[in-house]
Amino acid sequence: MKYEEITSQATAEWADMTSGRIPLIRIGTAMCGHAAGAFRVVKALQKYLDSKGLEANIQEVGCLGLCYAEPLLDIKKSGKSRLFFNNVTPEEIEYIVDEYLINDGYPKEKVFGYIGEEGPVNGEDSLESMPGLKLQNRIALRNAGHISPHDINQYIANGGYAGLYKALTDLSPSEVIDEVKNSGLRGRGGAAFPTGVKWSFLVGSPGPTKYILCNCEEGDPGAYNDKGILESDPHTLLEGLAIAGYATGASNGIVFIRHGHDGPIDRTEKAIEQAYDLGLIGNNILGTDFNFDIEVALTGESYVAGEETALMEAVEGKRAMPRFRPPFPAAFGVWGKPSNINNVKSLSYAPEIISKGAEWFSSIGVNQSTGTAIVCLSGDVNRPGLYEVPMGLTLGEVVDDLGGGVIDNRQLKLLQTGGPLGGVLGPDSKDIHIDFDEMRSAGAIFGSGGIIVGSDKVCAVDLTRVLVAFCQYESCGKCFPCRLGMEHLLEIVERISDCASKPGDMDLMKSIGGTMEAGSLCGHGQLGFGPIRSAITHFEEDFRLHIEENRCPTGSCDRSKIVPKNTRPYATDHIAGE
Amino acid sequence: MTTDNDNLRTRIQQAIQSQKRPTITVLSSLLAIQDSIGHIPEIAIEEVAVHSNTSINSVFGVASFYPNFRFTPPGEHSVEVCWGPTCHLKGATEILESVLEKLGLDSEGDTDDGKVSFRFNTCLGACSQAPVISVNHELYGNASPDIVPNLLVSLYEKENLHQ
Repeated sequence: MKYEEITSQATAEWADMTSGRIPLIRIGTAMCGHAAGAFRVVKALQKYLDSKGLEANIQEVGCLGLCYAEPLLDIKKSGKSRLFFNNVTPEEIEYIVDEYLINDGYPKEKVFGYIGEEGPVNGEDSLESMPGLKLQNRIALRNAGHISPHDINQYIANGGYAGLYKALTDLSPSEVIDEVKNSGLRGRGGAAFPTGVKWSFLVGSPGPTKYILCNCEEGDPGAYNDKGILESDPHTLLEGLAIAGYATGASNGIVFIRHGHDGPIDRTEKAIEQAYDLGLIGNNILGTDFNFDIEVALTGESYVAGEETALMEAVEGKRAMPRFRPPFPAAFGVWGKPSNINNVKSLSYAPEIISKGAEWFSSIGVNQSTGTAIVCLSGDVNRPGLYEVPMGLTLGEVVDDLGGGVIDNRQLKLLQTGGPLGGVLGPDSKDIHIDFDEMRSAGAIFGSGGIIVGSDKVCAVDLTRVLVAFCQYESCGKCFPCRLGMEHLLEIVERISDCASKPGDMDLMKSIGGTMEAGSLCGHGQLGFGPIRSAITHFEEDFRLHIEENRCPTGSCDRSKIVPKNTRPYATDHIAGE
Repeated sequence: MTTDNDNLRTRIQQAIQSQKRPTITVLSSLLAIQDSIGHIPEIAIEEVAVHSNTSINSVFGVASFYPNFRFTPPGEHSVEVCWGPTCHLKGATEILESVLEKLGLDSEGDTDDGKVSFRFNTCLGACSQAPVISVNHELYGNASPDIVPNLLVSLYEKENLHQ
């Protein structure tokens, strides 16, 4: 089918659907909605509408970013703006439907706000005027919460695949790479390496089989933005992958997701199927001679599988353990073929960068950090969410303006950023800007975008113990400095947390950390001491109290310590049982 | 016994052969078997080795590496509690205590009656709703120890309804 035919059909469908001729009910069912009970709400809604014989179009959508308001449901009636209802429970469905759809009234007790050109329905606030949306500038998440991830036409009607079409018809592969280079886009997986430069490594590698791998392993506790994109708008990733494929001359794209995360897996696979059906991936894409295939590969539970060479091992079906480099992936990647690994977020920016141009993208953001930051804000904060904000916002603005401040009017004590291997920052970090380089020089990393807020009831030693336990649990075991070092570090941190430290423990930890940094193949071991180092730097007092005064300042360490100690419990049981 | 084993072998072979994704590997076959049967029986290791033209040792190497694989049949219900840093800050410890107490366990494992398998989860992906529990793969966010008894009791009640 021609691109024009595809878009005109999609646009017509979208116009009819959003006219409200049949009431359009959208409900967020991404991971955050799911955990808040959205599927129970959908079920109750469907059942109640059926029992009343009401006709309505229910569409599951992704995350609008306001996770604290989930399950978030909105109804679009003819001639009216979308009226939103927050924290909806199955029991409240009857009230909302009765009031708004049957009686044509106004269910004022549940109204959250409106979005739409038609203005307020009954004098309520615009959601877009609230800080949670006003401070956002949504590029990768532009469709999240607005369109159904299950329907490719909704994506196309909102400008979807226009970037790919433009790349294929107007630009040469090298022009696409230049565009991405000029946009200043840096990899959002943690290393912040310029994406355009990374792509150019693959261009010179011999074909015909070359891979673009998309990393959605996302094992970082505290980060859910990759899964958020796949659940909310998987096509933006597929389009970005195809653009990267065209630019680099790659033949195959592999989206790598952790087994068990069914929402992102199912939605991505359905999206791939639909894109094949319309000829947007596959052979002779949009009538050109560009061929590109995309598939999903699953990994078992392994944090290290997110490391690029370990990821390639897992794609090949092996243990997710890092490889030696060189050879680098551009020369010898998955199945020995040239490969290029990108994060979901990095690829998801590509469609808009191509559509709107490098200049537009680089005008957003600050210094060498262009574009937006997709922040996963969680922890002791009033309004946790998935916020896409321009780079350059301060951490204080994120916590106070977006997050609505620390819960229960408590004081901010710490911010844990960049995943478990990142670092913790103290309350004096509020003026630090979200800027890859500024955060790095402050001793933390922005990483994949997780920001965990801790109030003054949090003990830094207790949090560090959990982070170290995580890193120990997830060490793949290939390099002994990491495998044994993490175990040793955990032992010491647990000792400190139990107020039973031995003299010299602090120096011992530093020495182990140094060995790990020098003697590990991948970031897991190299950065494994990071959480402890930054905790010691910013919260020396907490450590001192445990060591010298034998007490925990908040009492957190006095609780029982339940963590999975044995990295491979079932395997060892099995062997022991034989 | 032989028929049971043959039956299991057939189910394993079906699981391996009915994979829809284009790339079939040792890992993908093991995941497919676990999805279909709930665990990795010993003969599954053999079957995957034969199908992938590799050794039993290397298949077991993969299976024992990823902690989501188990080698004994799971309980009828699965309960997972997230212990990631966000959930920890928001009170996962109290939830874990409550779940373990109610199930009569002291760590990961199966209840004595074989009804429930309990696991830690490093991140269920819904940190904004922390702390999170997963019961039969349905997520319950903003959880507190108070909801644990009801959640677990409902598992047993559903069971009774079936009988």
